[in-house]
Amino acid sequence: MKQRLVVIGNGMAGMRTIEELLLSAPDQYDITVFGAEPYGNYNRIMLSAVLCGEKSIEDIVINSRQWYRDNHIQLHAGAEKAVVQIDRGRQKVIAQDGTFAGYDRLLIATGSRAVVPDIPGNDLQGVISFRDILDVNKMLDYCKSHKKAVVLGGGLLGLEAANGLAYRGMDVTVIHNNPVLLNRQLDQYAAKLLQAELVQRGIHFKMPAKTQALLGDSNGHITAVRFDDGSELACDLFVMAIGVRPNMALAQTAGLYCERGIVVNDTLQTYDPCVYAVGECIQHRSQTFGLVAPLFEQAKVCANHLSEHGMAEYITLPTATKLKVTGINLFSVGDFQGDASTENIVFTDASLGIYKKLVLKANRLIGSVLYGDTVDGSWYQELLEKKVDITNIRDVLIFGKAYVTAG
Amino acid sequence: MKQTIQTTCPYCGVGCGITAQVDAAKHQVEIKGDASHPANFGKLCSKGSALGDTVSLQGRLLQPLIHGQPTDWTSALDLVAERFQHIIKTHGADAVAIYGSGQLLTEDYYVANKLMKGFIGSANIDTNSRLCMSSSVSGHKRAFGSDTVPNCYEDFEHAELIILIGSNAAWCHPVSFQRIRAAKALNPALKVVVIDPRKTASCDIADLHLPIASGGDAILFNGLLQYLHQQNCVNKAYIAAHTEGFEVALTATADFSVEQVAKRCRLEKTAVEQFYTWFAGIEKTMSLYSQGINQSSSGTDKVNAIINCHLATGRIGKLGCGPFSLTGQPNAMGGREVGGLANQLAAHMDFLKPEDIARVARFWNSPAIAQKPGLAAVELFDAIYDGKVKAVWIMGTNPVVSLPNADKVKQALQRCEFVVVSDCIANTDTTALAQVLLPAQGWSEKDGTVTNSERCISRQRALFKPAGDAQPDWWIITQVARRMGFAHAFAYQSSVDIFSEHAALSGFENNGLRDFDISAFATISAHAYEQLQPTQWPVNQNHPEGTKRLFADGQFFTASGKAQFIAITPRLPVNSLDADYPLVLNTGRLRDQWHTMTRTALATKLNQHRPEPFVEIHPQDAERYGLLPGCLASITSKWGSMLARVQITETQQAGNLFVPMHWTEQYASRGRMGALVNPVFDPLSKQPESKHTPVRIEVYQPAWTGFILSREAISVNDVDYWVKINHEQGFGYELAGGTLLEDALTWTKQHLSPEQADDKHWQSYVDAGKGVFRLARIDNLQLHSLIFISTQNPLPERNWLISLLAQPTLSASERQALLLGLPPVGTPDVGAIICACFNVGAKTIGTAIKERGLKTYQEVGQCLKAGTNCGSCVPEIKALL
Repeated sequence: MKQRLVVIGNGMAGMRTIEELLLSAPDQYDITVFGAEPYGNYNRIMLSAVLCGEKSIEDIVINSRQWYRDNHIQLHAGAEKAVVQIDRGRQKVIAQDGTFAGYDRLLIATGSRAVVPDIPGNDLQGVISFRDILDVNKMLDYCKSHKKAVVLGGGLLGLEAANGLAYRGMDVTVIHNNPVLLNRQLDQYAAKLLQAELVQRGIHFKMPAKTQALLGDSNGHITAVRFDDGSELACDLFVMAIGVRPNMALAQTAGLYCERGIVVNDTLQTYDPCVYAVGECIQHRSQTFGLVAPLFEQAKVCANHLSEHGMAEYITLPTATKLKVTGINLFSVGDFQGDASTENIVFTDASLGIYKKLVLKANRLIGSVLYGDTVDGSWYQELLEKKVDITNIRDVLIFGKAYVTAG
Repeated sequence: MKQTIQTTCPYCGVGCGITAQVDAAKHQVEIKGDASHPANFGKLCSKGSALGDTVSLQGRLLQPLIHGQPTDWTSALDLVAERFQHIIKTHGADAVAIYGSGQLLTEDYYVANKLMKGFIGSANIDTNSRLCMSSSVSGHKRAFGSDTVPNCYEDFEHAELIILIGSNAAWCHPVSFQRIRAAKALNPALKVVVIDPRKTASCDIADLHLPIASGGDAILFNGLLQYLHQQNCVNKAYIAAHTEGFEVALTATADFSVEQVAKRCRLEKTAVEQFYTWFAGIEKTMSLYSQGINQSSSGTDKVNAIINCHLATGRIGKLGCGPFSLTGQPNAMGGREVGGLANQLAAHMDFLKPEDIARVARFWNSPAIAQKPGLAAVELFDAIYDGKVKAVWIMGTNPVVSLPNADKVKQALQRCEFVVVSDCIANTDTTALAQVLLPAQGWSEKDGTVTNSERCISRQRALFKPAGDAQPDWWIITQVARRMGFAHAFAYQSSVDIFSEHAALSGFENNGLRDFDISAFATISAHAYEQLQPTQWPVNQNHPEGTKRLFADGQFFTASGKAQFIAITPRLPVNSLDADYPLVLNTGRLRDQWHTMTRTALATKLNQHRPEPFVEIHPQDAERYGLLPGCLASITSKWGSMLARVQITETQQAGNLFVPMHWTEQYASRGRMGALVNPVFDPLSKQPESKHTPVRIEVYQPAWTGFILSREAISVNDVDYWVKINHEQGFGYELAGGTLLEDALTWTKQHLSPEQADDKHWQSYVDAGKGVFRLARIDNLQLHSLIFISTQNPLPERNWLISLLAQPTLSASERQALLLGLPPVGTPDVGAIICACFNVGAKTIGTAIKERGLKTYQEVGQCLKAGTNCGSCVPEIKALL
């Protein structure tokens, strides 16, 4: 008789783990999946493309319901199928509507939720986050009927939302608490180039700025944003994109050890040996996650252990970022700010809007920001991950891989 | 509408004829060798071929200037005449001077000489030919009683032994050298011996190279005379019939055994023997010599040591045999003919003969003819420095660069009460010091005659209208002479008026007394002058068609009619080496530059062969002084210093350095070799010892090096070391700084973009950790300028980047690779230019050799055309093979 694997969370991390598992041990488990969204599994990072009209919902579906059937996976999807309890003693999980499933191994992949700022008015209508298909649909509705959008947060998600809304005809202002846009992914110079490009696309910026309150009308709908400098900005739609927090309440309630996320070891195992966790809900070696690349790596390692190969160890590698805004190429990886012990190689071509910065330490690449020309991004990432000594190629490094092989 | 005009090249003394296809409307000219001219029969060297690139108005002096302010001719000429008159009146005629040039036409020269010696009454007129040919003049006069070159170019084809002594003809007289190469190809029996401390490009065709110790030439030829005597190879009959002084001269060579000679000249004994054997055994011997002989404190003796051997064998002025001085300048010979040197009078007449002075005074109807020789170049500028000469008029030459101890010359002109400079170029190191600047016509505008090394008078003809207000030199001098009260004697209306007077003077009371006689032209019509074809003097009643050779009959112009042997006691160079200055500095010409680069540097392809001042040094010395290839070195003598790029080569002898003579402050911050050269000269010829100055060399370690390419000329005077290079569509600057630039970005933007192009125009690449700073300014997709700076790394080659400067737009891939400095993957890199005539690079040649299996330089020529025009790059192509 097969072992039972239950997965809480039908998102990208969980399903990638299942895909990996099906490859390495297709017959090992009877698999049951609980998902709080009423769909199969879709590519959440492509929601920006949907917002921009470049893709439809169908385009971004990874695994349709048919796929679950084909792979003999029991899928419980929909708000009523949200898991509300993990009974570790009995090794079963229970959904809101009472559906339950017993497990031999449990995989928690509950992801994260948007951070909601603790300010008055954060519960007004027209105040949303940008996490799922529901949010996208809401935004698309507002684009038809409303004019003024404010996006809180000048990070990747916020800028993608702003770009999509602007594309859909909204008058968009981005509020950012830092003078540097995308400050976790870009240095000041690249951020300036990006901001100039977005301004050209009609997006306004108010930064650095601190939001004091959201103001509403008598219907409880947002009308304006007030800042701590006393100024106000009219607003019909307020999109919060100031980061995510791991969804760990369920695990916490079940008595699994959590800090900022569900704490896992290098095999993605929680403090309960039967329970694994992957994705944005976890905390691994003090780190939490928000980008897709490490999730996929976690999925691979986790599947390796679930299939009892027991070999792999998860190591967090520097992750490259990409802004999914058509016509804007940017790339960053590693420690791109550097410090007194590092050296920079910098290339700019102002009129082409190209900026490249490589950060070196002890003749190894430890970080990079590329703006405008990101062709060699993956090569730099490879050099960085493999800790290649670049002494002999330093003179051509910033001009790209082509010049190295040309030797 | 194109017009075909025959003219003569303005560069070296070969004096090649040119056929110019002139498009006056476009101010363009296509230059070809004149197939009918006896000097070159259609051939031209890289410099001559590029003349069409030098005729633009770029850099020309277009109007008279007084203290830098534009003025009209009348004001400028009035001022010159008035100041000269005033100084003469107050301090005497010897307080003024003229310093002329082998670039002047015979007519210009004649008028200048007449004014100075015949009417101002001082012989203080000297010329840059002093630096070039005066030892030959003195040697000729001692031996022959006249300044006569006995032979002609045709003799190269008849000779069976050609000796090149102190001459890198391959670079300095390329067309004559190619003629010898061709003669050797036709007659494999023709042997070529090169006597030179350096293994120059001329050794390419040498059967024997004698790398003689610097200054040893007279020892070698004394030894030869002794050897000829011992081997019983002297022509006793000839000696008896046509010469005097043989015994005394021979006695002076008694100690010069082959062993002694080999030892003192630091040569292999067998090599010396080989040379002596060939000279003894081969009747048809030509001894071609140039600055390696002349530029010496014993240059006259060296000339006579050579001539002695020709007299002893009777090989003079005959088919295929004779001594032959290769003159440096296009009209050094013409200058000698009019008497342009301070110790000459006129028309090969002499101050030593009172009857000559009287004769010339009679002919000129001169009120105050000079009675004694004037000050020769080095002495003249010393006298200016000392305030004895208070006014000087410099014509068409750049003494601040070319004279020995040139920093003192600069100071002399700074101190001088009144400095007039006539030139066709606005900005030279010398024009910078002038109070009055007079715009002279340049080559392609002026019209007159020149004489080449083989006594051949050719016409230089105007191709274009004069630039701006430029006037012929003769006109300028005549105008001043008239204002000084000599209108009656300077009534010339055109150059033919002057030429015919000059011809008349040469025949005046001559009756065979003087070698220089062109009396056949004394009555030449304007039309005949216009049509004048190349003619070798003497041209007189007896020789109306000219004269190929002189002295075949054994008759000379000495008092006795016999040639004179001169007893030679070889002297070492004046300044010997010591612990502080342990190396010999030798100076000379490059293949693709002429003199101070005022014109050749305008032809961009001529700047590619050797773009920077350099010093050649033997590997042993380089190691001793810690010099690496391509590094900068500081060279210092007791008189001055310079910076140069190090080229390590075994063609240089250990203990010897070579630097090119061409760079000025217009093209390099510290590249003037003249500043180092010792101000010593031959007591007879007064020719400076430019080939031997004791120096030391040290590494110059800059804090940074770099280069700039710019479509516009910029000023980099605030950089310690800079060299400017003219390119097709812009300018290059090689840079090195003693201290780091505090803010390279601001510095660069100030220099490359004084008008403050906005940030959008810039591309940058900075690797501060490795000291790499590179910036390019791109305007509308076109490369405007770029700078590469490095504190550690070598800089990339420039060729590809230079080629981008000439492009209207940059492609995406070129733009991407720009600051890498390497062509985008897949773009060929031609490498350093080898063939200046066809612009063929080393890498192109290398690739063709490899891919097509080329074996000979002829095959390379068929394939790429490289080396098929002037041929002066053939040695370098052979080296690549």
